[in-house]
Amino acid sequence: MADTKTSETAPKKGKWTRRAFIGAGVVAGGALVIGVAVRPDNPVERLSPMVAKGKGEQLINAWVKVDADNIVSAIIPHVEMGQGIFTSLAQMLADELDADWSKVRILEAPADAKYVSHDIGREFLAPNLEVPAILEPTVGGTFLQLATAMNLQITGGSFSVRGTGQRAMRVAGAAAKEMLIAAAAEEWNVPAGELRAENSMILHDKSSKSAPFADFAAAAAEQGLPNKPKLKSPKDYKLMGKAMARHDIPDKSNGTALFGIDADLPGMKYAAVKAAPVVGATVESMNVDSAKAMPGVLQILNMGDFIAVVADGYWQAQQALGTIDAKYSKTEGDTLNQDALFARYASVLDEAGDEGGDVETEQGDVTEAFANAATKVEAEYKVPFLAHATMEPMNCTAWVRDGKCDVWSGHQAPLMARKAAADTLGIDTDDVTYHNAYLGGGFGRRSENDAIIMATRIAKAVSYPVKMIWSREEDTMQDHYRPSATSRFQAGLDKNGKAVSWSNIHTHLFDPQEAPTVPYYNIANHKIRKIDVPTHLRFGPWRSVDHSQHGYFIESFVDELAHAAGKDGYAYRRELLAGSKRHLAVLDKAAEMAGWDKPLPEGHGRGIAFVPSFGTIVAEVAEVDMTGAKPKVKKIYVAADPGFAVNPDGFAAQMESSIAYGLTATLYGEISVKDGAVQQSNFHDYPILRINEMPEVEVGIINGDHKRLGGAGEPGLPPLAPAVTNAIFAATGKRVRELPLSKVDFA
Amino acid sequence: MITLNVNGEAKEVEVDPATPILWVVRENLKMTGTKFGCGVALCGACTVHLDGKPVRSCSTPVSEADGKAITTIEGLAEEDGTFSKVQQAWVDQQVAQCGYCQSGQIMSATALLKKNPNPTDEQIDAAMAGNICRCGTYVRIRKAIKTAAGVSSETQEA
Repeated sequence: MADTKTSETAPKKGKWTRRAFIGAGVVAGGALVIGVAVRPDNPVERLSPMVAKGKGEQLINAWVKVDADNIVSAIIPHVEMGQGIFTSLAQMLADELDADWSKVRILEAPADAKYVSHDIGREFLAPNLEVPAILEPTVGGTFLQLATAMNLQITGGSFSVRGTGQRAMRVAGAAAKEMLIAAAAEEWNVPAGELRAENSMILHDKSSKSAPFADFAAAAAEQGLPNKPKLKSPKDYKLMGKAMARHDIPDKSNGTALFGIDADLPGMKYAAVKAAPVVGATVESMNVDSAKAMPGVLQILNMGDFIAVVADGYWQAQQALGTIDAKYSKTEGDTLNQDALFARYASVLDEAGDEGGDVETEQGDVTEAFANAATKVEAEYKVPFLAHATMEPMNCTAWVRDGKCDVWSGHQAPLMARKAAADTLGIDTDDVTYHNAYLGGGFGRRSENDAIIMATRIAKAVSYPVKMIWSREEDTMQDHYRPSATSRFQAGLDKNGKAVSWSNIHTHLFDPQEAPTVPYYNIANHKIRKIDVPTHLRFGPWRSVDHSQHGYFIESFVDELAHAAGKDGYAYRRELLAGSKRHLAVLDKAAEMAGWDKPLPEGHGRGIAFVPSFGTIVAEVAEVDMTGAKPKVKKIYVAADPGFAVNPDGFAAQMESSIAYGLTATLYGEISVKDGAVQQSNFHDYPILRINEMPEVEVGIINGDHKRLGGAGEPGLPPLAPAVTNAIFAATGKRVRELPLSKVDFA
Repeated sequence: MITLNVNGEAKEVEVDPATPILWVVRENLKMTGTKFGCGVALCGACTVHLDGKPVRSCSTPVSEADGKAITTIEGLAEEDGTFSKVQQAWVDQQVAQCGYCQSGQIMSATALLKKNPNPTDEQIDAAMAGNICRCGTYVRIRKAIKTAAGVSSETQEA
């Protein structure tokens, strides 16, 4: 069977199914009908009032603006939450445009349906679709309709560079260049073929004539939009592939960068909130006697599912809220406790037996292969709920007046935030203006609309602008959590130790669909099943989503197979990846960087893990010191192939970041439920990795396929936990089958 | 009425003396560079200097600033906007990601270097362990502090 395997990293079906998109009710596959003739025309006239209002500013197409001083603005339809996307996308656009990087500015696209990109829709819905140039306008129009219907202006899924960057920003830059050249050719009366662009200038080498882009911007906007402008090949890249400094860092180093929480309006008041501790419960009664007498307090609101105190200052609001004694309704969720939940997972999995649950993928006959296997390996793994704990607590400012509403926040999907506010008020989306700011951490948390809806409801109840800020306690206890989960495996090995069957059943499947699957490993027979075990707790995408748990489950179990086969984890994975050149190159690079065969001091261990996700192949080697009372992670070596790293330093920063985020979860991350409520509340009982615990990180990048890019924000995370726990096994012989490590007794 | 000395300027505010410095600076003085993170001095996002020493402004009542100089992130650069050594090192080492905690990180690092111009790795870790960064910029924070201390000068392309 091994001979039929390819190096595909993921199955093609169901690539993108985040709830938001399913929820929009658009059937993507069925709607992609060639022949719906909607040509994406040049929307410059419609867009200018929003983004090119200034004197001398000229839009060339939707994403490129040139002003009289020859400053080029790249208009970016994604939000900046630390991933450096403004800079990376501007690099892609400016490179194709041959713009002078020192004169490139960045403008976040407004939260308006006109700034939905058909390319976003296309990347989400049909990432591998290629069509002849003549059909591009038709297909583009179809996707534009779909994207608009779905409010597709979202940042997530490690998708921005590989989707918007490749399909929209580069194309927009290249198209603008062709339009500028066409305009210059008319003006100078020379063939367009004799002109070229360089550093935001149009040059005619024959006559030594040159002039800035600005001179032709207005005429360029009148040119027809090229269907398929010519994109550069990698040898001609000037900005892509270079570690350009990020545009947002200076403002984030002097306190001037504005986040959602920094919104400021004349006459603005402040709201502190407390939601019913058990999600689904309501406020039955509240004693506000002392609260209402406190200084600065303006309004005390029982909103049903939460209490809001509005005051002149936030601290006043918080102080007053703290004195309110409230009683909440009983709900079914009240009886839920964490141990009972894991017991419920176990019984549901027991009941499913060998045949129950929903089959996600199946190949060959696992039952027969397992029965005939020379060695049988079984294991069960568990992970807890996790909170996002963004440094900026959830917040939103809203002002409802005259049947209209303005909303200020930092959100991963501005159009969806706008719609949520409109739906809350029962008004048209056109009557809501949504203002997005920098996000003080996103990690999936800021793709939810709960804070937007709460602030809008409060604003509706008062007559002035109001800024709602969650306390850290609310932020921790009212999150949309990474679900807790249990996963069980059975594998059979032949007499040489080769895996011949792989069977897995796990609770819960959210997204991406391929997270529990291992198509890159040569295992002839496999069957993967899932069972949903719903709880009243809200769950949501958490950095790398389901890969965050399945990376740990799968790579721990592969390590157990290696041990059962009497081989080391690196050598065993090499065999499983045999024939997949790109995968092997990444695995080999990580091992080589780490000096896999070099001896380590007594009590230290080295572990390896390999997880392709979000289009990027990643292998990590962890070095862990087990000589102390608790594990000390010394160093992480990361090898990654994202196809092509547009900004290698930004990519490395995302790997470092994923390691810190993943290591927090591995060492400490645990949200637990008692009587239906989350028990943790602040950083004392939901600890975050601190600088003294941060390992050294070394990142090696392989540019394995410049045509098909992978993501950066998430793929560094899934291999981290298993690399660490595999290193612990190497050092101590103790296999960690439940996270976090703070629960494990290493004595 | 309370008179405060903030970044070298006298400011008058009408607040309850128990109000934490954080909210006075952010809401009354409209200087939003100082951030709210946890409210209980566990994360360091709100770090400011009181007479040059780092304090957690979310848990320090404004009454404690009486007769003392408050320095916030807005007060580190020169008057013409030229970044302080620490701020410049933050840019050179491309530290910030989401950036929300970085005002607090820079304030802590500035206080560290004032006290100890040439800190070791262990001293950096000890001085900075009170500042949480959820984006995990710790590797670069270490480098930036060394850059600011003049130990290393590796930088990114501009």
